[in-house]
Amino acid sequence: MKVRLVDIAHARSGDKGDTANVGLIALRPQWYELLAQQVTRERVAEHFRGMIEGGVERYELPNLNALNFLLHGALDGGGTLSLKTDAQGKVYSTALLRMTLDVPDAEAKRLGLPAAA
Amino acid sequence: MKQVVRVAAGQGFWGDDLDAPRRQVEGGPIDYLMLDYLAEVTMSILQKQKERDPSLGYARDFLGAIESILPAIVEKGVKVVANAGGVNPHSCAAAVKALAEKCGAGGKLRIGVVTGDDLLDRLDALIASGHSLANMDTAEPLSTVRDKVLSANAYIGSVPIVEALVKGANVVITGRSTDTALTMAPLRHEFGWGANSWDQLAAGIVAGHIIECGAQCSGGNCLYDWRSIPDLANVGYPLVEARPDGTFVVTKNPHTGGRVSVPTVTEQLVYEMGDPHSYITPDVIADFTTIKLAADGEDRVRVSGIKGRPPTDKLKVSIAYEAGFKAIGTLVYAWPDALEKATLAGKVLRERLDRLGLRFDRVLTEFVGANATHGRLAGDQSNAAEVQLRFGVRGSDRSAVERFTREIAPLVLNGPPSVTGFAGGRPKVEEIVAYWPALIDKSVVKTSVEIVQ
Repeated sequence: MKVRLVDIAHARSGDKGDTANVGLIALRPQWYELLAQQVTRERVAEHFRGMIEGGVERYELPNLNALNFLLHGALDGGGTLSLKTDAQGKVYSTALLRMTLDVPDAEAKRLGLPAAA
Repeated sequence: MKQVVRVAAGQGFWGDDLDAPRRQVEGGPIDYLMLDYLAEVTMSILQKQKERDPSLGYARDFLGAIESILPAIVEKGVKVVANAGGVNPHSCAAAVKALAEKCGAGGKLRIGVVTGDDLLDRLDALIASGHSLANMDTAEPLSTVRDKVLSANAYIGSVPIVEALVKGANVVITGRSTDTALTMAPLRHEFGWGANSWDQLAAGIVAGHIIECGAQCSGGNCLYDWRSIPDLANVGYPLVEARPDGTFVVTKNPHTGGRVSVPTVTEQLVYEMGDPHSYITPDVIADFTTIKLAADGEDRVRVSGIKGRPPTDKLKVSIAYEAGFKAIGTLVYAWPDALEKATLAGKVLRERLDRLGLRFDRVLTEFVGANATHGRLAGDQSNAAEVQLRFGVRGSDRSAVERFTREIAPLVLNGPPSVTGFAGGRPKVEEIVAYWPALIDKSVVKTSVEIVQ
């Protein structure tokens, strides 16, 4: 079953120099494990391919049902140097939420995941 | 010792809601009001103001805030901790003192002034004695931009703020104090946390991180269930009710809008997060993977479990330097084929800049309404109702950037059709003040505290 990240998580992003961070938070605690399994560093790097210049780091915060991603080289130099609309990386959060996951039907049912429309 | 200390946030950055400090002190009982005015490049703006007038160089919004809360300071005993001093904490204190006298509260304020963070006059000596102040992101030594430096300030921690409170200050004014110390220091002072009380100090830092961006933890900019967040027009700014053991509740004053919930607080916790195991401050390293959140009634979130460990022997230094010029011009193209028209306009503009022989370090074309923020992830936008071409240039040659600003308007008559949205006139040339983060040995930064009455 296809599951949209926007239906199972919320997110906030910010900046530190030329790096954007995205904190991805499961909408329900029982969905955190799915995020941790599927929204890997590699998957996120592929998602943002061509949009960021550097690598991706991932940190796990099971205590907050959250993952934190650092997207390096994401802000056209960052801060006041950047010419981007999103110079401070404020909406990389929802850009990440555009990701779609493939979840086996049985697991999706067990977790009560909403299907992509 | 008090068993509960309430610290409220009244300002999340310089330019935040001017009325929030008054609402915080009048809306419910609080012990401390914390006001954060300094973003990364704010110090350089203040430095420029000080160069024009030596009595300036601090966040002047602070005077309005103080005027609006003077009765609470004088009658209710609310204490204020603010990094409003910018690059001129003494002048800030003098202005607050004059204001208090004008308002008939002269003699009622004990103003603690924290200095020692400002390294601008010491830079050459520091570089000469081997402190390279290398850029933390690029590793370049500061000497490469030394002649362009506008301001240089070490981020200082809770110790001098606590010292000011011990000396009886009811208004503490700092320069480049860390945002989080403004919240942690009052708790450390009230609860007598020692320099090695790592878990409690870390808890104070986490409390500070949660409320330092004002309403961003109490319903503002909250994605979770955003439609249901009530009355943002009267959004309640956050406060923490802290206990001596380092646990605290995040809440807001009654009869205010917004929301404090596990999701709103979680969103703020991950904001601008780096490695969550190591949130480094001058006083302590806090481990964000140990934070436990629990709902504690309506608009209340209980925070516990926080672990801390000893800090490093370095302080971060915020340096601002002149980094050339930029300008951004926009035009709006309408359906049909809005994106295609805007794309052609961008190509035409680039070609004209090339023919004029103008060289820039960076040229960026974006299409607002189509893909400016989400890039190719936004999918097919060929049927957009309108698309804004947003064209930016950056370079060290001011005249080239200036010349660019004259190339936007002609496109209205001599470029692709269905164009509008140019009424704002020529783009402005902006001087870029860039941020240079560095580290310095703690031992070279000596803070001092003076009480002004």
